[in-house]
Amino acid sequence: MSSGAEDHEVNLRQRLSGLSRLPLLRGARVSGEAERLERQLERLKAETSDEEIWRSVELARHVDRPYTLDYVERILDDWVELHGDRGRADDGAMVAGIGSLDGRTVVLVGNQKGRDVKERIARQFGMPYPEGYLKAMRVMEIGERFGFPVISLVDTPGAYPGVAAEQHGQGGAIARCQMAMMRLGVPTVACIIGEGGSGGAVATAVADRVLMQENAIYSVITPEGCAAILWRDGSQAKKAAAAFKPDARHCLELGVVDAIVAEPPDGAQTDHDEAARLLKGSLLEALEELEAFDGDDLRRRRRAKFRGMGVFA
Amino acid sequence: MSEARVDIQVEHRHVPPAAEKHPNTCPKCGSHYRDDELEPALWVCGHCGHHFPMRARARIEWYADPGSFSEEASEVHSDDPLEFFDLRPYAERLAEAELNTGLGEAIVIGQATMDEHPVELAVMDFAFMGGSMGSAVGEKLSRACEHALERATPLVVVTSSGGARMQEGILSLMQLPKTVCAVEELHDARIPLFVVMAHPTTAGVLASFASLGDVTIAEPGALIAFTGPRVVQQTTKEKLPDDFGLAEQNLRFGHLDAIVPRDEQRAYLVRLLRLFTQT
Repeated sequence: MSSGAEDHEVNLRQRLSGLSRLPLLRGARVSGEAERLERQLERLKAETSDEEIWRSVELARHVDRPYTLDYVERILDDWVELHGDRGRADDGAMVAGIGSLDGRTVVLVGNQKGRDVKERIARQFGMPYPEGYLKAMRVMEIGERFGFPVISLVDTPGAYPGVAAEQHGQGGAIARCQMAMMRLGVPTVACIIGEGGSGGAVATAVADRVLMQENAIYSVITPEGCAAILWRDGSQAKKAAAAFKPDARHCLELGVVDAIVAEPPDGAQTDHDEAARLLKGSLLEALEELEAFDGDDLRRRRRAKFRGMGVFA
Repeated sequence: MSEARVDIQVEHRHVPPAAEKHPNTCPKCGSHYRDDELEPALWVCGHCGHHFPMRARARIEWYADPGSFSEEASEVHSDDPLEFFDLRPYAERLAEAELNTGLGEAIVIGQATMDEHPVELAVMDFAFMGGSMGSAVGEKLSRACEHALERATPLVVVTSSGGARMQEGILSLMQLPKTVCAVEELHDARIPLFVVMAHPTTAGVLASFASLGDVTIAEPGALIAFTGPRVVQQTTKEKLPDDFGLAEQNLRFGHLDAIVPRDEQRAYLVRLLRLFTQT
């Protein structure tokens, strides 16, 4: 193994450290966890195949995958959902509220898809209008004012592509939501829990720690959209996904996310309770790490992190 | 029993594309111009007022006092971290864009004066891969913000972009928070940011720095939308208003401060520079 590859592995191990320390700290099913983590590390070391990338795309969109409110009910001890952007509407694709996480009050915002057809339509398939981003900003400001950490769960195919959404200022809302998150003086943790689709996803993912579930995807455009533009054929989505690599491993490698959150062996859809337990552990650990910093430190470090994103010659 | 059916499939993919209009032919009124007619007219149709795309260097020459522009960060180029390959390799598309445009990237930045007011300019060029924003564009825009901050001069940004550059995948998406962060530093330091939106300003660029100006103006008829009309139509099947996403509609809905024709932009910006910097 060349030293470059070794460095790479060390790097991966460090990034995964959040993951590998977590079950040991929590003390539950230590051996089973350790074994799974080893397996996971093995898998991460091997080059992800195009098939595996596509499997992530399918699992990230699985109809039984836990959504934000499924996690809320399992992770938070208490939860008061807040509604409305105080201007125009209450966007069902973005839920926001205040809850109790392991004895501390947190603000939580998240995209919400629907379980049945009726709910899916009511929640626009998890695609927020500008009103959704305004609602998220409003509730995050409560966190800022009262010193509550902000947790953001991201699961959207993208911001809603409609006439009214444009007229209400979709682009500007996404830009301002990012800026609002950049300004927060409280610890912020985001986790991509399903689809992290484009600007609509990054709008609420500008956090001190950005986590990503094992089978989530995070991308600049949907595989179908990319295929339609570059291959001029929407059915080449698999090829497009293989080319732009939206899977967790590549996002970790590129420095876009800070750690990967483990899922139950066959994906989060198989065991919501277990998926929630693993997510809760990672969120708590990320928040613990951030406790050491005051507001100015957090802002400065957050800005420095995002300022450094990208690869150029 | 079901009757025999004839399936008819229409293959659209191999229809030859319609003959492309000459770039100097006005798409609105059909008037045709020679290069040496368009240039002194700032690439605006003398007949109907249509704004042709304006190249970054030409616009800088028009905005900046003669000889005052000094380019910065021209050494920043795109890399190919994903070794992206669609129908052609990304590296090849980049090389071609450089050859065809004479630019290193889809944005040109540098310092200049406008009517003797020192200013930092960042001007995008749609001819370079649709003005798309990858890591290099994000870096150059961020540096323009930093230079403006260091010298305490206002920043004028001209946007013209289809959005994030798909060939750099998720790293392109990360240029949204990166540029938002750079603008945030400007806001904190009370450095004015003026944004001129040219056709088109869409998707990732609209959803980041373009929407964060202290004053935001647009060129007449520019498309300014997070999601363009074709995609909105295809996904929602909604009937689109005639002026969907155009600068005029954006002004009506409160997303712009003004629509300023190209030949008036310089004077407009100079007035802003004076107002924001006089003590």
